[in-house]
Amino acid sequence: MTNPFIYDFITRGTIAGIIIAIVAPVIGVFLVLRRYSMIADTLAHVSLSGVAIGLLLKINPLLTAIATTVVSSVIIEKLRSSKRVYGESALALFLSGSLAFAVVLISLSRGFNASLFSFLFGSIATVTNIDIMTVGFTGALVFLTVSLLYKELVYISFDEESAKVSGIKTNSLNIIFIALTALTISISIPVVGVLLISALLTIPVITAMQFRRALIPTIIIAQAISVCSVMLGILTSFYLNLSPGGIIVLTTIFFFFIAQILTSKA
Amino acid sequence: MSVETNKIIVSVNNLSYSYGNNQVLKDINFDIHSGDYVGIIGPNGGGKTTLVKLILGILQPQTGNISILGKPLANFSEWSKVGFVAQRATSFDPKFPVTVFDVVAMGLASKKGLFYGLTNTDKKAIDKSLDSVQMLDFKNQLIGNLSGGQQQRVFIARSIVSDPEIIILDEPTAGVDIRSQEEFYKILKRLNQELGITLVLVSHDIDVITNEVTELLCVNQKLVYHGTPKGFTSGKHSDELYSKSVKFVVHRH
Repeated sequence: MTNPFIYDFITRGTIAGIIIAIVAPVIGVFLVLRRYSMIADTLAHVSLSGVAIGLLLKINPLLTAIATTVVSSVIIEKLRSSKRVYGESALALFLSGSLAFAVVLISLSRGFNASLFSFLFGSIATVTNIDIMTVGFTGALVFLTVSLLYKELVYISFDEESAKVSGIKTNSLNIIFIALTALTISISIPVVGVLLISALLTIPVITAMQFRRALIPTIIIAQAISVCSVMLGILTSFYLNLSPGGIIVLTTIFFFFIAQILTSKA
Repeated sequence: MSVETNKIIVSVNNLSYSYGNNQVLKDINFDIHSGDYVGIIGPNGGGKTTLVKLILGILQPQTGNISILGKPLANFSEWSKVGFVAQRATSFDPKFPVTVFDVVAMGLASKKGLFYGLTNTDKKAIDKSLDSVQMLDFKNQLIGNLSGGQQQRVFIARSIVSDPEIIILDEPTAGVDIRSQEEFYKILKRLNQELGITLVLVSHDIDVITNEVTELLCVNQKLVYHGTPKGFTSGKHSDELYSKSVKFVVHRH
């Protein structure tokens, strides 16, 4: 059997995949606990318009996706906290709005239909060295910021009202958190693609929560599940020519059912 | 701990509040002194929770003003001096993966500011708070695995870990069984009498509250009664109260 890692593109895809597998649960755990899973899905759709802008202007689509998603995430949070519309309505506006915008941009420049598929469902083979640097730098930024704000994030997720009473600046913290979510989603595009990102953020965490451990062990279990799923996805894509994004998400769901069996004995 | 009995902890002056056209609080005036154990009662919709939210700075007063520890609420920043225990049933998700220790550590957030890590002194303070509510043995358990009464004791520990001058409790025993409630009130009494912490207990359960507190506020849009619990139950005020259509369900346990 051929060693897949003699190919540079597989090595690059694997490095990017592992970084994302480690960072995604750190954000995902707070998304799940705060019932924010829909925000992940919305921002993923927003990132597609970012990708489309990049392809149209011939700029690295990962960079335009990061910029578009972060800016939109802050607007969504402002709209949500202003209570002018329901939180859910703010998401609906952005989810379909950004998809519509992306479709219009795509139809404007008829040229990039082929590469579009790889952004929708991920394409590890196309990860460039610049992408790895972007993923590495952004991933480190997200990881470091969450480590520094960890206790505050736990407090506002657990009991937002008491956190507010104790003087924590919940509004600023919510904006920082949603911007970090936007960054994580953008850098996950090359690995799982726009349509499957929210699964990578949430399913490993939901699975890890079945074991009913404290928060940090839960995050570590979720990271282990994500890393295994990403590796399996990459290997099967190499040997069997299957979509890595699809295999990654299916593997996380497989782990979820394993966790159900393991934890239902008691 | 010495208690300066005349020090004013909370001062509420000419306070009014409306949600749209619905006036919930009108011309409320009272002071809470250091060492007081104050009960706030009143019918549902009478404005108890709104009053608490105003004192805690969650809502802003529309007319009148509130000061805490001598400072107007707008300039008040020492929130570590104010503990808060919310209704158990609505305040958290029992599946949330945090340990009892983690929950009590949250109480240090305001004292330590952003980016804090826990020092050994902090860890000792957490142990001490847990010990004072007899929950130290449960330190490493997940909060969701405890009974309602035990969870509520952990929230008391969280509110005292930052060494507060006052603790405000909003219907803390809702959904907690009777035996745990008795234990809970014993702990509150000890915090008040031994540690000199000022307590404000909001409840709709007039029977329990009049047995526990030293001072009673009855709120039904206006401040209907302010005095000792004995004075309230003696009947002298009841005609006046009932004529204002204040109705209480008295539980006989």
